Amino acid sequence: MRAAPSTVPPLITVRDVHFVYPAGGGEATPALAGLDLDIAPGECLAIIGGNGSGKSTLAKHLNALLLPTAGEVRVDGIDTRDPDGAWLARQRVGMVFEHPDNQIVAAIVEEDVAFGCENLGLPSAEIRARVDRALQVVGLEQLRRHPPHQLSGGQKQRVAIAGVLAMHPRCLVLDEATSMLDPLGQQEVMEIAFRLCRDERLALVLITHAMEEAARADRVVVLAQGRIALQGSPAEVFAREDELRRLRLEPPELVRLGRALARDGVAVPPGALTIDPLVEALIAGP
Amino acid sequence: MIRCEHLTYVYGRGTPFEATALTDVSLAISTGEVVGIIGATGSGKSTLVQHFNGLLRPTSGRVLLDDVDIHGPRVDRRRIRQQIGLLFQDPEQQLFEETVVADVAFGPRNLGLSDEDARARARRALELVGLPPDRFGPRSPFELSGGEMRRAAIAGVLAMEPRMLILDEPAAGLDPQGRRDILEHVRRLHRDGALTIVLITHSMDAIAQLCERLLVLDRGRLVADGPTRAVFADLSRLTALGLGLPQVTLLARRLVERGLPVRRDVLTIEEARVAILEALAVRGRGVL
Repeated sequence: MRAAPSTVPPLITVRDVHFVYPAGGGEATPALAGLDLDIAPGECLAIIGGNGSGKSTLAKHLNALLLPTAGEVRVDGIDTRDPDGAWLARQRVGMVFEHPDNQIVAAIVEEDVAFGCENLGLPSAEIRARVDRALQVVGLEQLRRHPPHQLSGGQKQRVAIAGVLAMHPRCLVLDEATSMLDPLGQQEVMEIAFRLCRDERLALVLITHAMEEAARADRVVVLAQGRIALQGSPAEVFAREDELRRLRLEPPELVRLGRALARDGVAVPPGALTIDPLVEALIAGP
Repeated sequence: MIRCEHLTYVYGRGTPFEATALTDVSLAISTGEVVGIIGATGSGKSTLVQHFNGLLRPTSGRVLLDDVDIHGPRVDRRRIRQQIGLLFQDPEQQLFEETVVADVAFGPRNLGLSDEDARARARRALELVGLPPDRFGPRSPFELSGGEMRRAAIAGVLAMEPRMLILDEPAAGLDPQGRRDILEHVRRLHRDGALTIVLITHSMDAIAQLCERLLVLDRGRLVADGPTRAVFADLSRLTALGLGLPQVTLLARRLVERGLPVRRDVLTIEEARVAILEALAVRGRGVL
């Protein structure tokens, strides 16, 4: 199992967190039940799990949209329940959700991107510079004056990412951010997210049902009933097919293909999880 | 069964928001087919299927059910909506009754069936989607998991006993197990119930597993219509339309580019496995 490097303090620590949604009657089942997790600066972490396993509840704890019923979440060492904790967590940790249309607040792309920054009370020249840079990073400079509703789903999600980037966060959380997009839109968003993680040392947390997205992370955490059921590198986690299936998951298609070929005696290394290494292994094979 | 002839649809005609959603679409779907519809966001997929059951009326052109124009005089449009069942995206948001069985029986009761007959139909429909009615029928729809709610919503359409079932992204937002369950039930409905299926989805893997035929829409025009294998074989075109390929088809392509003679039209893991083993055997002989 790969752990965060011990010399670097974690960016986010989640300690024995329990969370129960307020019930309208009847007994409430906990959404998180004693969860521990460290997120290191610059790492790419995928969180997977069946419907109702607590993924989105956990995500909302990372930037204080929800506060733990018990236990604690610290972002950059600050408890999210402290008076300034929530405000700080929201600057450090930006979230992009599933539905592109629910996240747009302004009538022009660049105003939408500036929205979060304006709430930070920055001087306008600074906001201008940050917005320019964020739009450039997500490749939307050309569309800066467009109304967001004219954009494709993938472009809207990139606007949402730019809005997060302009806050200069240390962590980007994508909560099913590609599930409503067509294949091109999915690809646009994922390429930008992985590039930000690689080049700008932005920690990336991918909450996803798309196993092939999770296969590209540094580390995969599997949730079940509000706890971590399994974690490790993608190769370690996706090797445990039976356990994954019990948890309503499965390895990505190409991993299943690679394993079937290995059973037939083809030399496919267990680390060939995505298309590039699989192509190389099969081309190099005996 | 369904035929569209030169179907064109313009939204908001005469307003500043006027936009052509479909342009001159002609196609026919026969009884017993499983047809996939793919296209980028905004390509007109949902607009097209809303014409199949008369929810939208063509701006020009015709839609025929069994050779009868569905907007012709003396056509009972309610009967058409009963025969052509359409399930929108996120259908669980439309569950509203106190129990699952009452929710599923709502449609048939609206058709004028007795309470008893409507419930009998609801129980049959729940059985078909793998929600045993004795166990799930009395529950509140809101106690179901995401995948179960989705299946309950499909049961609500099935209880109308349609001849065609149109599903718009039926597996979106579900975990892998939920996705497998839904697709398996759709496959079974087609096989056992001889139901004609139309599936709209961005999931190329779901298309590869389920659909024999594929329609591709691009900005309101039908740009491809043929066997799934043949449509996916035309890679350059799909990429230009912002669409993808199933993972295993993409892998086969990449292997061919690198000189491994793999069949390029594979659609499933098993087909890819066999094709790669064959190609490796051929290469092995070449080396010897």
